[in-house]
Amino acid sequence: MLSQHDIQEAERHGRQVYSVYVFEAPLRVWHWVNALLMVILAVTGYLIGKPPPTLAGEAADHYVMGYIRFIHFSASYLFAIGLLARLYWAFVGNRHARQIFLLPFTDKEWWKEVIYELRWYLFLEHTPKKYLGHNPMALLMMFFFFTVFAFGMTLTGFGLFVEFRGAGGIGDWLFGWVVPLLGGSQQTHAWHRLGMWLMMSFAVLHIYAAIREEVLSKHSLISTMISGWRMFKD
Amino acid sequence: MTETFYEVLRRQGITRRSFLKFCSLTATSLGLSAAAMPRIAHALENKPRTPVLWLHGLECTCCSESFIRSAHPLTKDVVLSMLSLDYDDTLMAAAGHQAEAIIEAVKEKYKGNYIVAVEGNPPLNEDGMFCIQGGRPFVDKLKETCADAKAVIAWGSCASYGCVQAARPNPTRATPINKVITGKPIINVPGCPPIAEVMTGVVTYMLTFDRIPELDRQGRPKMFYGQRIHDKCYRRGHFDAGQFVEAWDDDSAKKGYCLYKMGCKGPTTYNACSSMRWNGGISWPVQSGHGCIGCSEDGFWDKGSFYDRVTGIHQFGIEANADTIGGAIAIGTGAAIAAHAAMTALHSIKNRTATPAQEHKGDQA
Repeated sequence: MLSQHDIQEAERHGRQVYSVYVFEAPLRVWHWVNALLMVILAVTGYLIGKPPPTLAGEAADHYVMGYIRFIHFSASYLFAIGLLARLYWAFVGNRHARQIFLLPFTDKEWWKEVIYELRWYLFLEHTPKKYLGHNPMALLMMFFFFTVFAFGMTLTGFGLFVEFRGAGGIGDWLFGWVVPLLGGSQQTHAWHRLGMWLMMSFAVLHIYAAIREEVLSKHSLISTMISGWRMFKD
Repeated sequence: MTETFYEVLRRQGITRRSFLKFCSLTATSLGLSAAAMPRIAHALENKPRTPVLWLHGLECTCCSESFIRSAHPLTKDVVLSMLSLDYDDTLMAAAGHQAEAIIEAVKEKYKGNYIVAVEGNPPLNEDGMFCIQGGRPFVDKLKETCADAKAVIAWGSCASYGCVQAARPNPTRATPINKVITGKPIINVPGCPPIAEVMTGVVTYMLTFDRIPELDRQGRPKMFYGQRIHDKCYRRGHFDAGQFVEAWDDDSAKKGYCLYKMGCKGPTTYNACSSMRWNGGISWPVQSGHGCIGCSEDGFWDKGSFYDRVTGIHQFGIEANADTIGGAIAIGTGAAIAAHAAMTALHSIKNRTATPAQEHKGDQA
């Protein structure tokens, strides 16, 4: 069921209600780039903690850990820049661009929708509701396991990065407080790694839910993140 | 007037040539330019020795042991003579009331102009009864002695962070100096023990420039604790190449590959071991084939095994690390998804078979 506002928006776009432009191009590009970066960061990050087996030959012949760390650090810079760009887009983009940053925590109706979605996922409801943007349940998960974690991983990651880059400078000013706050370098590493596992678990869940909704629900999902248009099937 | 360092040195038979060598060595180890060497010499020749009161709380005396082994004989001579080490209950000849009286005398005579060096820390539980000196809790003695001091040096991880006596569950509530003494500049010189030359370097800097060295966020002198063991490690090349010791007796261990996988804490430890090394530059832990245990890091006893790369997270109450917890969550998520997908499939089959039947029923009615 579309809310009144959604219908109005759809009409404003001069289209039929069956297809609405939801995700703008910059947001879609960010989504897929970010997905790629997360995979790269998780794989290289895993390997930094648990490196591949020792290589034979002279040390001068190889640079495995060097490359892994280089990829991890470059990808993390892109991830952080992407996150900032995404934050900027939340201000200038359409209202769906703000979804994952601003949750209507105080809206009782919204919480009812969360419960409804939860019941739908628990097979207690027969018909899925339709939403223009993310469904409330998905949004709740996205907020905690992506938005919060993405900033958390950026802080812990850059905290560790600036620590070994040495005191002083803007990096130290921005992130230098993180490592002492978490009780030292080793502890920060542990939290950063646990964060990686949780984000990856969420990513798997996210992909599963997206495929499932694409199949079962009455509107498009994966294609929406590619084309930007949300199609309603009935 | 108190003797200058130079006078003491000459009296002990040290030549001027050796003295000047020491000055240039000190300038180099402090990372100063050649122009600083005459300034160090001038200071040592002219400044009266600053009295130092060296207190011992809950500790193992490893800091003192390191300090007196300061590599270059000259350094040892200089430091033991250059400091007017007026009180150190481990080293001094005086004992009992005579010893304790020295503290009072120095406090009066050099008010606001002496340095307190603390080895170990005070336990605060049971009103400090776990460490009694001269018939009263050490914490009281520490506070009184530091009250008129110019600066306080916290020797070692005990005084800086708490170390082993403050490790979980810390029954005596051993507490680092910076949480007991406030309003005084405190220089943390962590390490269990700190490197001898780091200790003498800090003291020399303070006496030469009459100010405390530049400290980092954790109160440590930047010049010695600003760089990571890992970044100055001579085995770093093997790390970058991905060549690791996989077991203590494997071929890689014999070849001297990186000890990262054996739990070396070099990547998370900030100290000067890999550049200055120990015992006059003879060796240091990694060079002798064992990983760094991170002894100069805050709470290193509570950071999990010395032999694990990915160490435990204490908040979980069990010996679990990021990989065990995260792996379990990932597997759990996977299993939940599989179960959920199966349920979904079942449901849609049920619905598909149920819907035509319903429609059929509707037709009949």
